[in-house]
Amino acid sequence: MIWRLAAATLLRRRARTALTVAGVAVAAAMLLDMVMLGSGMRESFRGFVEQQGFQLRLTPRGTMPFDSEATVGGAARLADSLRAAPDIVAVAPLLGTKLFTPRAGDDSVVAGFLLGLDPATQGDYVVVEGRDLAADDELVVNANWLAATGRRIGDTVRVAQGYEPQVRRFRGARTLRVVGRARFVMLAGGERAAAVPLATAQAMGGETTRDRVSVLLVATRPGADVEAVRARIEAGEPRVSALSTAAALKFVDERLSYFRQLAFILASVSLAVGFLLVSTLVTVSVNERIGEIAVMRAIGVARGRIVAQVMGEGLVLSLAGAGLGLGLGLVTAHWLNGILAAFPGLPAAFDFFRFEPSAALRALGLLVLCGLAAGAWPAWRAATLPIARTLREEAVA
Amino acid sequence: MTLVLSARDVRRDYPVAGTPVHAVRGISLDVHAGEWVAIVGPSGCGKSTLLNLLGAIDRPSAGSITIAGRDVARLGDAEATRFRLTGVGFVFQRFYLMPTLTAAENVELPMAEAKVPRVEREARARELLGYVGLAGRADHRPFQLSGGEQQRVAIARALANRPALLLADEPTGELDARTGTEVIALLDRLNRDGTTIVTVTHDEELAQAARRVVHVRDGAIVDDVVRRPLPPAAPADGAARR
Repeated sequence: MIWRLAAATLLRRRARTALTVAGVAVAAAMLLDMVMLGSGMRESFRGFVEQQGFQLRLTPRGTMPFDSEATVGGAARLADSLRAAPDIVAVAPLLGTKLFTPRAGDDSVVAGFLLGLDPATQGDYVVVEGRDLAADDELVVNANWLAATGRRIGDTVRVAQGYEPQVRRFRGARTLRVVGRARFVMLAGGERAAAVPLATAQAMGGETTRDRVSVLLVATRPGADVEAVRARIEAGEPRVSALSTAAALKFVDERLSYFRQLAFILASVSLAVGFLLVSTLVTVSVNERIGEIAVMRAIGVARGRIVAQVMGEGLVLSLAGAGLGLGLGLVTAHWLNGILAAFPGLPAAFDFFRFEPSAALRALGLLVLCGLAAGAWPAWRAATLPIARTLREEAVA
Repeated sequence: MTLVLSARDVRRDYPVAGTPVHAVRGISLDVHAGEWVAIVGPSGCGKSTLLNLLGAIDRPSAGSITIAGRDVARLGDAEATRFRLTGVGFVFQRFYLMPTLTAAENVELPMAEAKVPRVEREARARELLGYVGLAGRADHRPFQLSGGEQQRVAIARALANRPALLLADEPTGELDARTGTEVIALLDRLNRDGTTIVTVTHDEELAQAARRVVHVRDGAIVDDVVRRPLPPAAPADGAARR
């Protein structure tokens, strides 16, 4: 009966209740988006690095992967010595360099990014059409490269590692055959990219890249102490910095701290808005029914029931708002993700807003708790009102 | 005759704007089973305050109030709430029905609070609405009822848990003469059927209908007149027979 009364009370002023639920839904959507933003980028990055299946990244001392054109020499010997270590099960050398391709049908040149790698151990792309690299004169490219160069899978194409536009001269040119289209997981959305076997990429660069690599990815044995392996590598090979997945995530975490702070502040504001909305509506509702509540107390309805009824109203408003807010939040997150994904230099598959069910449930649970708390003050007020005086004042009013 | 209510030297003082107001000044009153007592007096004489004290809505500053053997002046909040639920029935001047509930649901409300099983309370609500002449209006909401009908539903609600005493504060105060007369007739029928009633009223017709009239002035009883003595076969406990 008490719950029926609570529901009937909310339905008594349908428009007001609907507006409040809409307000709570907006607050819930914003809260959800901020929670998704707060953890989305980190989790997205974690997905990338874990998808590659390597626990360590070796780069020229003092650099981060691909943040400069620095390379490490003696790559073959270094890779062999790493492979010989007991806790290491795989080593994938990578060389990143430029790629210039004459466009089909005219004399313009398309610039892009070339990745030299070992197709057997790479984790940087996924072939979506055609096939993977099988010979030194083959090329796997992404859709942007195909679109920009006007080429197709199966085409034989002249590409170069260097280009001097003033004299229209190519350096390190090779004739390669396009054998597949791939999605490069770590590359920015608009980037034109291609991959060739490492030896091909090194040869195209001539002396500057001979036996050199930009990054060495290292997979450790399951159960191995990654930090110990990292420390041993850095101690034995002073030319390289070894970055573990955990350290990379920490590094990204530090870089993203502003985003997280912003998300935290906006999420707190959303919670406060939700709290105030529910609190205001329930307080107004209690004030309107103060005479009814006094009568309920007078005819013997217990304080606990009154508290339950009023807090129940807050709970229903919060639950309805949170439910609607979940849908609204997912829609706005998808829309905002589309806008932010166009940010220059970001991997195409990078998510700013990542839906984590447990985090979303925690956030919306927090909002519901807020709604419950918002009903606490008016509930306490309703339950403790002086019955006789309230009835007298109501009669006079 | 069984004593249902016994008030002894009851006082109620409270401050208004820093000045103490002595609303009730040492009232003593006995009400026996089957009586219908009308408390009359000018506005502000303390009669409604007295009724609130008798019904454990308010607490006296001094004195004792015993109803059906319990000193209601010393009950804690939870006990007082329970006492109001089952020990007394209240009828208010402004009816105060829950606007979102039907007439039957309003009558069921105190029974639901008292954890009466659904089937039983639905049956009793229909029975009580039939008794007050509203059998056909059980599913109507308060706004669909006239003032007199609303007050009759309120009386049915007050009787729901078979209280020892029915307390009515100006039950005809909001009604026109004709519907007021109908409510008085209903109270009279209830009393004749055995319900003990205490009413506070300005209404001369209501006061004339009561068996006994207690005059209050400045918070004290100034006159106590028995107009119609109890019949020899008065009920033993005065609890609502309906």
